[in-house]
Amino acid sequence: MIRIFKIAVRNLMRYKRRTLLTSVLITLGVLMVILFSGLSGSFKAMMIGQITDANLAQIQIHKKGYVSSMDSIPLNLNLNLKGYAKIEDVLKNHPAVEAWAPRIKLGGMLSNYSETTNLRLNAIDPEKEVKVCPAVGNRMTFGEKAQRKELIRPGEVILPDKLAKGMKIGLGDTVVLVANNKDGSVNGLNFTVAGITETVVGPQGKEGYMHIKDARDLLRMEKPEITEVAIRLNDFDRLDPVYEDLKSALAKFKNKKGKPVFEIHTWEKLSPFYNIARMIDLMSVSMKLIMISIVLISILNVMIMSVYERVREIGTMSAIGTTPGKIMALFLTEGFTLGLISIVAGNIIGLAGIFILNIYKIRFAFGRNDNLLLEPSISFTELFWLAAIVLLISVFASLEPAYKASKMEPVDALRHV
Amino acid sequence: MMPLVEIDNISKDYQMGEVQVQALSNVTLSIEEAAFVSFVGPSGSGKTTMLNLIGCLDKPTKGKIAVDGRQVNDLDRKQGADFRGSVFGFIFQAFNLFPVLSVYENVEYPLVMIKNEPVSNRKEKVLKVLEAVGMLDQQNKRPDQISGGQKQRVAVARALVTQPKLVLADEPTANLDHKTAVNVIRLMRDMRDKFKTTFIFSTHDPGIMEEAEIIHTLEDGRLTHSTPQPLSGKGGEK
Repeated sequence: MIRIFKIAVRNLMRYKRRTLLTSVLITLGVLMVILFSGLSGSFKAMMIGQITDANLAQIQIHKKGYVSSMDSIPLNLNLNLKGYAKIEDVLKNHPAVEAWAPRIKLGGMLSNYSETTNLRLNAIDPEKEVKVCPAVGNRMTFGEKAQRKELIRPGEVILPDKLAKGMKIGLGDTVVLVANNKDGSVNGLNFTVAGITETVVGPQGKEGYMHIKDARDLLRMEKPEITEVAIRLNDFDRLDPVYEDLKSALAKFKNKKGKPVFEIHTWEKLSPFYNIARMIDLMSVSMKLIMISIVLISILNVMIMSVYERVREIGTMSAIGTTPGKIMALFLTEGFTLGLISIVAGNIIGLAGIFILNIYKIRFAFGRNDNLLLEPSISFTELFWLAAIVLLISVFASLEPAYKASKMEPVDALRHV
Repeated sequence: MMPLVEIDNISKDYQMGEVQVQALSNVTLSIEEAAFVSFVGPSGSGKTTMLNLIGCLDKPTKGKIAVDGRQVNDLDRKQGADFRGSVFGFIFQAFNLFPVLSVYENVEYPLVMIKNEPVSNRKEKVLKVLEAVGMLDQQNKRPDQISGGQKQRVAVARALVTQPKLVLADEPTANLDHKTAVNVIRLMRDMRDKFKTTFIFSTHDPGIMEEAEIIHTLEDGRLTHSTPQPLSGKGGEK
């Protein structure tokens, strides 16, 4: 085998320019895929991180029917304490669940005593919320110089930046929040503006924040209720299997009509960014298809030429007793070696490219977030699969010419001029 | 003793477009072991076809061929390759050395790719035949770095390295000047003497054919004359 490999390398070096051009073409294809995967993958990971760690959380559980009508913030689809306890039982017993936090979602009117506007609010338990969304505080600015121990205290509200700016509300100002409870009665309470939050992409990205206890007072809840349970996992890569586990565990809870009480969704169902993420994946696949085409056509072309130019040589090999299998192996090894040289060069240059991109730090804006830092990276698993694809296609492209070489009649091949 | 090659009334037809050409017609002969045999005749007389049939590179339209006691008419592609690798050595008019391999590697090729000889045995065998053909000091050169006569010496060494029973050489001197050609033929005869290998070669050069011990003359695909008469064979139709 070593000798076949050695002969294959020498045959490739026989036509240096052709081998070099083909190898450069494949290397460029591999480089493009690595750079695109590195950039798009890091962009995707960063945006998903923004969405799940600073806003939505990775998984949410609601009362059945809530998500389909979430735009109207239906308070009659809140979960009672009994329902929350059932959910907690399920979450406690799953080792992949790192943390969870209850939330109340409500809509209300915000007044600065001269102007009034409507506002969506996310009422949170701050201690639990930071465990589920560790980056939620990064979106907020507070007036206090010393770092706050709690994200929000009772009696405080954190307002979205554009809304605060539009209503000329500053940190420390007093505002009035007015809300209807599920029976339709109205209540209003005074709050101090403790912080301003940046908006992020997604349906819950423009919400203000208040303490969950204040929401219960404002909505005059006789018994505690919650709208949703936000969940964080130990390992985000296990999102799908854990989601399926939790879904089946929750499915056993039925109402009197025998229908499920709860519904569970991953961030993918809750955020429109998921469609962008899918588009990025699709583009990544397209890039790989282009690369596969480059490898296929380049190596097929080289190997066809190689067989055509070496007919007499093939005849000699066959005449002196080389079996058809070994002749085929020789040409397959040539194609494989060409792919191997190209993928090694492509991987080295691609990794160097990613290293350089990280040195020069690419910054960009997305939605209202600017100065986002892109840190391209590519996993060794992806490099491995890329190499496997290139090598497989190299061998596949060499199959037909190699087969043709192995089937040549020596007497005809020796006569070839 | 059984002849090494037994040819029994073979004919070979080729289809050239719409015309059928008879390359060989009803040839019967036999060749003994360790013989030094030449097929002679003008261009188109059927010399190459005869060597191709003996060497299992082609199949007769009619008749039977046995080599080393085995009927070779019905060998499939792989059986043919295996048989050629184990019984024959080949020398070609255009030398047909592999340009990417050195002299040493060209000679080593059949041991590696055909015989699967272990590394320990290979070196000794290759150096032995290279020394025998006088190419030991050129072993690291590539074919494009040596002369035509030297290339044919390497081809002889490659044909002999597997210790075949029979070496077939189709016009081995056609691309060489007369002096070099005679040297190559004498080298082949020396190798026959040294290794007891049967040599069959074709030529149309009268100066070269004199070197053969048995000469079969072909004209228009017919065996017209054999000198001296093979021990167990007979000439074809005149």
